[in-house]
Parts: sequence; C-alpha cells; structure tokens
Amino acid sequence: MRYFFILFFLLWFGLSSYGQFTLSGKITNEKNQPLTGSHIHSKSMNAVSNPIGEFEINGLPKGELRVYISYLGYKTCDTLISINQDVLLNVKLKPIKTDLKEVTVKQTVTKVSSSLSEQQISKESIERNSSKTLAEALKDVAGVSLLKTGTSIVKPIINGLHSSRVPIFSNQIRLEDQQWGTEHAPNFDLNAAGKILVIKGASGLQYSGDAVGGIVVIESANVKQDTLFGKTILSGASNGLGGTVSSSIHKGNSEGWRWNAMGTFTYFGDRETPNYVLSNSGNREMNFSGDVSYIKENYELSAFYSLYNATIGILSASHIGNVGDLYNSINNQIPSVIDDFTHSIKNPKQAIQHHLVKLNYLQKLDENSSIATFYSFQFNNRKEFDLRLGDDSDKAALDLQLTTHSLQTDYKKEWEKWSLKTGMSGLFQNNFANPKTGVRPLIPTYVRFDAGLYGVGTYELKEDLIMEGGIRYDFSTIEATKYYLKSRWNERGYQADFGDIIVGETSDQWLTKPQFTFHNLSASLGVRKDFQSNWKWLNNISLSNRNPNPSEFFSDGLHHSTGQIELGDLRLTKEESIKFSSSLSKKWKSFSMELNPFFHHITNFMYLRPIGFETTIRGAFPVWEFQQTNARLVGIDFNSQWKITPNWEHKFSFAYVNGEDLIENKPLIDMPPMTISTSIQYKKPTWNGLVLELQSESVFRQNRYPNFNFETDINVDGNFVPVTVDISTPPKAYQLFHLYSEMRFKTFKSLDTTIAFSVQNILNTSYRDYLNRQRFFVDEMGRNIQLQLKFNY
Amino acid sequence: MKNLKIMALALTAIFTFNSCSNDDSPVVEEELITTLAATFVPVGGGQTITLTSKDLDGDGPDAPVVVISGNFAASTTYSGSVQFLNELENPAENKTAEIQEKDLEHQVFYQISNSLGNFTYSDFDSAGKPLGLEFIFTTGANLGTGNLTITLKHLPNKNAAGVSAGNIANAGGSTDIEVTFLVVLQ
Repeated sequence: MRYFFILFFLLWFGLSSYGQFTLSGKITNEKNQPLTGSHIHSKSMNAVSNPIGEFEINGLPKGELRVYISYLGYKTCDTLISINQDVLLNVKLKPIKTDLKEVTVKQTVTKVSSSLSEQQISKESIERNSSKTLAEALKDVAGVSLLKTGTSIVKPIINGLHSSRVPIFSNQIRLEDQQWGTEHAPNFDLNAAGKILVIKGASGLQYSGDAVGGIVVIESANVKQDTLFGKTILSGASNGLGGTVSSSIHKGNSEGWRWNAMGTFTYFGDRETPNYVLSNSGNREMNFSGDVSYIKENYELSAFYSLYNATIGILSASHIGNVGDLYNSINNQIPSVIDDFTHSIKNPKQAIQHHLVKLNYLQKLDENSSIATFYSFQFNNRKEFDLRLGDDSDKAALDLQLTTHSLQTDYKKEWEKWSLKTGMSGLFQNNFANPKTGVRPLIPTYVRFDAGLYGVGTYELKEDLIMEGGIRYDFSTIEATKYYLKSRWNERGYQADFGDIIVGETSDQWLTKPQFTFHNLSASLGVRKDFQSNWKWLNNISLSNRNPNPSEFFSDGLHHSTGQIELGDLRLTKEESIKFSSSLSKKWKSFSMELNPFFHHITNFMYLRPIGFETTIRGAFPVWEFQQTNARLVGIDFNSQWKITPNWEHKFSFAYVNGEDLIENKPLIDMPPMTISTSIQYKKPTWNGLVLELQSESVFRQNRYPNFNFETDINVDGNFVPVTVDISTPPKAYQLFHLYSEMRFKTFKSLDTTIAFSVQNILNTSYRDYLNRQRFFVDEMGRNIQLQLKFNY
Repeated sequence: MKNLKIMALALTAIFTFNSCSNDDSPVVEEELITTLAATFVPVGGGQTITLTSKDLDGDGPDAPVVVISGNFAASTTYSGSVQFLNELENPAENKTAEIQEKDLEHQVFYQISNSLGNFTYSDFDSAGKPLGLEFIFTTGANLGTGNLTITLKHLPNKNAAGVSAGNIANAGGSTDIEVTFLVVLQ
C-alpha cells in the first residue's frame, strides 16, 4: 500500500518538473465534439490531438508564438499567443461547408427519445471504473443504485426497478444474458463501451416495449475521422490485490474501412472488509470485442463480435444450509467462514460466457431517409458450481445454455418538421438446461419466439416545442419442457388448471410442456419545451408491458446462495406499467441543474415474498414465492453542477424513491434508500492536467420496508427454541468518502500518459447495504486504493 | 418483401438447427441425500434401535418420513453408526463413503435434550479430529422422552472451541442434514 503512495508521488513530481511552459487545450467542433488528430503546429513544435481532442506542447520558451490549428474539412485557425506562463488554448473549429441544419438533424437521430431525460456516462467515468462492473459506472447518474450479490455481481437499479425491467442494449442488440436472476449481473465488459446512455423510463420503443424500469444503451467507440490510435489502461487495486489490463486500438475513417479491437483481462483475489477477509470473493475476466465496418457515401456494412468470459467466486459464508444457519448468521453478524486471503477461487462460483455476433447493413435511400437491417446471434452459457460431494465437485450444479437469434429492420425518414422511425423485429430463443448436472435445474429448457412492430414520430410544432409519440406491438410465445415433482405439482394445485400440459411421467415426476402466448401494446407520448431563458422542460408518459420471465414462471427449488426455496407460478400474468416523468433543467453561466420527478404505477407487479416453511432432510427452509400486486413508485432525482471558479467545481446529486404495495398498503420490498452524493473537484489544466476530487456518498437507512420476518423453531442443544428470523430490517445508514486524482504527461512524441490515483472508502468504514443480497452474512468491502495508468498513442 | 423472405428463411433454418438440442430426459439427482439411517447396538446385548428419516422428494414440499424402531433402555451403552443414502438411484447409492473420503470437510453432531444421555465420537478424520459416522451413546438412569438431533455439517471449523467434543454451537459451516427424532428412554 505504502509503495503505491511513493510511486505516485515520484511520478507526480518527477515528471512535472521538466520543460518551461506548456501549451495545452482541447480542439472541438462547434458542437463540442472532440476533433481527434487535429494538427497543432508552431514554428518548431507540433502536436496531434488525442481521441478526446486534447493536446499538449511542452517546453515552450517565453515570448510570442504563432500557432496554427488545422483539421481536414475545417477552417484552419491561426492565432498569436504570448507565453509567459502555462497557457490553456481551447479552440472550436468551424467546418468549411457550414450546413447547420444537417448537423441538428443528426443530433436528434442519435437520441433515443427527445421527450425523456437521458443521462450520458462520461468517457472519463467509464475509464475510471475500468476494473469494475458496468453497473458501478452507471451509479454516477442520480436515480441509479446498485443491486449487489457480494462484490463482483452488480446490477443497475433505475428508479427502484432492476433485472428484467431494465434491459441493456449493446450496439442496438438487447443482451440476452439471463437477467431474470438477481445474482445474474449484465454480461458486459465496461471497457468495451464508447458511450453509455441511461434512460429512466420505457419510451425507447424502437428498442423494446417491456422496459418497465428503464433502458441502458451502450455504443462502442466509433471514430469518424481518418486516424489510427490506441489506448491501454492498467489498473491495480489494494483490495483484492489485483487489477485490470484493457487495451484497444481504433482505426477511424470518414469513408472506407473502419475497425476497432479491444481486449480486457481482470484478475482479483479475495476482497476484504475492514475486519475480515471476504473468503472466495475473487473474480477473473477475459473479454474481447472487435468490429469492422465499410462505409460509403450511401451505405454502411459492419460486423461486430464480442466475448465476455468471467469466473466469479461466491462468498463462502453465503453458502448456508437450513434456516438455523440463516438465523445464526443474521444474529451473530460474523461470517460463518473466514479463511486467509487467497487469489484462488473455489466452489461455489459462477463461470459465464457470452458471445455476441452482429451483422449490420445500412442503406441511405436519399438525403433524409435510411433503412438499416441487422442480424444478431448470442450464446450465453451460465455454469454455477456448488459445494458437492465426491466425484461431482468439478461438475456444474447448473448449466444453462441460452441461444438467441434476432433480426431487425429499421426505417428512418426526416422531413422539415417531422421525423419518423419505424421497424420490425423477430427473435428466436432456445434455452437448454443441461440435465447432466445431476441437479434439478431452477430454469427449464424452453423455446421462445417474439415478433415486434413499432413506429415513433417526432413533430416540431415550433422551434422550441417538440412533440413525440410512439406505439409498439409485441407478440411473444414461450414453450417450456419441465419436470415437476409430483409432490410439488400437487402442493401448487396445478392439476385442476394445468392438467392438460402433462405429456409424460416418471415414478415421482410429471413431464409437462407449459406454453404461454402474449400480445402486448405499448405506447409513449412526450413533449419538449425549450424556454428562452435556458430552461428546458421535458414531459413523457409511457405505457409498457412485461411478460413473466422464465424464473417467475418456472423457478422451483432450493437456491443455495440464499438458503431459500424459490417457487415460480404458472398462473402469473403480465405486468402493466404506466410511468409519467418530467424533467426540468436550466443552465446558468456557471451553474446547471436538473430536476426529475416521476410517478409510476404498475399493475400485477411481480415480486418474491416469503410464504412459510418446508421441512426437508436438511432441516427447514423458508419458501419464497413469486406473487403479484399493484405497485406505485413515486420519486425524485436531482443533480447540479456548479463551476465556482475556473478551477473549482461542485457536484451534487440526490435520489429518492417511495414504493408502495397498493393492495396490502405497505411499502414495497428492496426499494433503494435515499442517497446524496456531493463532490468537489479542483482542476488545473496547466499543471499537467491535474484533477483532484473528493466525493462524499451518503446512503440513508431505508425506513419503509415490509415486515416479512418469520417465526421458527431452531434446534439449540437438542431443544427447539422459537426465534424470529429478521430478514426485513434494513441496515443502518452510512457515509463514505472517496478520493480521485489524476495527472497527464506527454511521455513521448506520440504517447500520452495519464496517472490516476484513487481511494474508495477512505475512512475504512464498516457498513452493510440494504440492496446487497449478502448483507445477512458479511460487511461491505473496506478501503480500496487504486492506481491507474492510461496510455493514449 | 425481400427482407421478409430472408427473415422467414433464417427463422426456418434456426428452428431446425435448434430443435435437435432439446433433451427431454429427466435429471437424475445424484447429489441428494434422501435417507439417514442411524443404528444403535447395545454393547451388552439387547434390542438394536434404528432411527431413519427418508425424504424422497428432496427440496420438494413433502416432509421427511421418520421411523423409530423402538425405545432406548436406560443406563445402557450403545455402539452407534450412521449411514447416508440416495435412494432415488437404483440401486440406492451409499453416500457415507463419499463423506468418509472428504473426512476433513465433514462432521456429524449428536445432541439429545433432557439430559437423557451422552454421545462420544469413536471415529476420526485424517487429522485426528472427530468425524462422527461412528459413536458411542450412553443413556442415563432417568427415564423420559427427548429430542435426538443428528446434524451433518459441511466445512465446519473443527478447531473452534468445543467442536471436537461434539458442541455444534461454534462449528459454523453449512448444514447438509438435520433430523430430529423424538425418542423415549424406558
């Protein structure tokens, strides 16, 4: 740990002392998009701007300096600068052929919705979180919180909803990676993202009609200028004694061939809380993605492939037996297994692979319309290894192979005041639950077929008033092949309602073929008003439907990582959601803010709740069942940015959601508590781009929770003692402080190096989080010191 | 129109490609322990007592079927042993050997209420710590009824205080089997 500090300061002071004066800055176009590869030259020195448009020339003597900045297709800018200190020069280049209208049109096309607030994750934030998960990078957005299972399985929660309600789209392809489970994290390597958008609502109808909670849209880096550059990020962390290496290379082009390739390798051992080791919490990742595209004036062809390959240890202490173990763990507040630190990963663990192939063809029909068709193939293999006896210890206890093919065509047309997007899609999916595991699978083998049709139109009533409306129809049918224990079949009372789906039997099981078909209609309507005073007001109402997922329908058995029996229900019906959200934002000269209230009503909201006990030879287990209720979520997100001086910046965000079960008139389970995040940043571009940032994160206690505690008898010294198992009470509030700092150096002519030093949980606070499924067993991670080296070349 | 044709073609291809991978065979549950059988042989001769618990639907809703062959005699020393079986396989698979193989990772605990008797271990793992597949049960002089609980722990902390003596309270680990029998001492 100490060496990190020493290394950091050596690099800091060692490198910053050379040269006399520095000229640095950023070259952008009029829309503040970076112009990569711009030439900045003066009498004797020259430089090329990096992928984010920044450049730096060191060692300039005192005096007057004439600087030329040029970029193909833009007017060359020449300027005279007097150098008597470090100078910051930010330049906006103007295109030679100014066609403003076309520029604005392009902007509306890349937006998912013009009436719903979109939050973009900055590239800096993506890079900072290089060794973490996708969800952790999204957390910067007010209203996004994290649902965790341990330290490496992290899912985003948007305005209180998660999993199947928050689909993730990578390059327009919905990730089909078994998002139904709370311990199934998105199978995506954050380093492969060039741009991430979070949409807090269901209005992205061109994507889906069932995004009840929101959408995460990821696009990979795509360089439109003729250039070749690479980037490597090395991150090392003290907690888990591991790190990540991520390298990418990009060949950009305005026409002709364009390609990108990137690979990531992550290796971590056991994480630690302030007081003990989180045994078996290590993880590994080896990811790759690459694409090739060929662009001509009126068409574009591209092929994309990505592989996500991860092995994640499941905390040893979370593998419990019966309800007595659960009770002891909750009451003792000490994990049942603490071993010495190790890098190795034992069972239980998850081994996941996700392959995605996409072929894309875009044809411009004329100036204002285009048609795009793409096909995608995804193969997701999830293997879960459990603690098993004898010969079976190396055999997966769960082996699900999910294959998805999808085909989509989108048509876009723009008129002067109108724009229209319409398209259709088809999906075929096959899940294969490998029976060779020797364990009855929680999710059965099934086939699913979907088809969808949508249209979204935008109309500009006035220059400052835009209306948007869309409608989508989805058809979905699913047929499963599932064995039910006869005892379970009777206990569920399925014979009367589903007797006709039985197609075979063994001595103790029924073979069934349950089939379900859904027709769903979703819609969205929105309006956007821009006021002259820089106020912007967006309103959106969307209607969406979500069908029960395979886990909600078919779950049937013991979940080892939580020690509970989870039961799906064939009688579940689709969830219908209506969400109204509004966004009010304003930009002053040095202060900007956005206020985001929402109201969300969900009919037939599906959730898991405990219903009692079942006794087995292993002891008694609590039984959780998927049930439906009507839910109401009301909340507000707020964030602001204040540039106090050119060097100092203050950021603030706040999120609150209130979830209510309208049938039983009590709070909804697992709603994120109120959070406040404040950060203060000091930036000094002339000091090698110094950034210093201190962040405070406050998470309040969730005081609104349903009481699902249950009474049971546990065996103490041979006698049965009645106890209350407290699975409901949320943990205490907590506050964390984080530090981030970085500096940039021009180490060689064409190599830019950034060194970042950060500390998470500076005070090494012990805490537990309400939304971590392992809060019954262990504390959260303690202090983590991270050093990151970033090379741009 | 052309797109539709391609789509139809692609989907047909996909259907034929995938339909062969579906396997309708039921899962043979290899892992499961369905049955615990404990045998108590009185050292000086007398009636052998067997306690069995059988749960053929595993994690299913049916409770285990518990059978107690008779009543224990007071002031008697029993030589005991326990067996774990998977009776879903045919013939029934004996899981006891697998536990013996991984003896460092397992320990069986015995508890009896109302001070009806005492358990001591008579078999040990390769590190010299108790395993508990074999034991001695000595009944007391006072007659009565009580709960006899047999617990199989996976990955217990065998070094924790009292665990070697059969005290389960500090053992940690996870519970693989826990069965309670209502026994009579007469």
